[in-house]
Amino acid sequence: MSHEMNAAALPAGVTGVVTDWSGDKQAFQVPWGKAMMWIFLLSDTFIFTSFLTGYMHVRTSTTVPWPNPSEVFALTIAGHHIPLILIAIMTFILISSSGTMALAVNYGYRRDRTKTMLLMLATAAFGAMFVGMQAFEWTKLIVEEGVRPWGNPMGAAQFGACFFMITGFHGMHVSVGVIYLSTVAFKVYRGDYESRGYEIVEIAGLYWHFVDLVWVFIFALFYLW
Amino acid sequence: MAEHAEGHQQHPLAIYLYIWLLLFVLSTFSYLVDYFGFQGLVRWSLIIIFMLMKAGFIVGIFMHMAWERLALITAILTPPICLLVLIGLMNIEGEYTTKTRGQYFDEQPQVSRIVEGHEISH
Repeated sequence: MSHEMNAAALPAGVTGVVTDWSGDKQAFQVPWGKAMMWIFLLSDTFIFTSFLTGYMHVRTSTTVPWPNPSEVFALTIAGHHIPLILIAIMTFILISSSGTMALAVNYGYRRDRTKTMLLMLATAAFGAMFVGMQAFEWTKLIVEEGVRPWGNPMGAAQFGACFFMITGFHGMHVSVGVIYLSTVAFKVYRGDYESRGYEIVEIAGLYWHFVDLVWVFIFALFYLW
Repeated sequence: MAEHAEGHQQHPLAIYLYIWLLLFVLSTFSYLVDYFGFQGLVRWSLIIIFMLMKAGFIVGIFMHMAWERLALITAILTPPICLLVLIGLMNIEGEYTTKTRGQYFDEQPQVSRIVEGHEISH
């Protein structure tokens, strides 16, 4: 323990900083990549919460009525007007992708390379579907409904700015995740992790589950509120 | 436990499938809150309860947080508590801004200025 050492024996200045930080002390009993991914996700939590808090603030402070998301995101399918249906389908797709990802992690530790790769590719495919549906949603809102970051015909002007900022940043995370998962899936298939273990699949999985987690909050706070 | 010694998490497949199903059910419930048009406090509490349950299952089971050591759990899950302070402060601030706007600005002319050039659909 550091407090038992003689402080005078430790180097001072910049050398001291390096000595202290490189001391052979491990706090987290997990692979370093996993600890670092968790810390990255923690920082991402702060970013997304800041966006959602900003959204909450403009929504509570505007005196103009907020557009009703249930109506804004409704679709007419086969003559039926169904509220929020696209968002519901997107939610189920993202949850399914989380499910296949969890299974991929499991098969990775069993060293079943084919199943791991296929499940990861399925996850990436669900992710790509999600982004595709989001692109459809954005197009509909911009072209048909006339929603802009500075205003919209339905109500409070801040609606567009919040919507594009929050869902855009989330969609970017999904897109990056699709590339990330495809890369890891390819490396699993190639057998890159046979010698150093399959923790990397679990780490990639953490990122993907986080993307799903953020959507849970966006779904509840932006679309259902 | 053995999985900690090896540094990775391995659990029966059934638990993932069960949580997957549970997330589907909870998502359906939250969608139905909107579909049946619940309003007010009922809508508010149902949405928040389903959201927190889903978040808990994803973090706990899918992300394996339930099986991690307390050092990691506390390092990751305690800092977001600061965010509750931010949310609380911004909520107070937002209400104050609404009150001052209500007091000093007439809201109707603002609407027509914003939607200028657009047709009002309803």
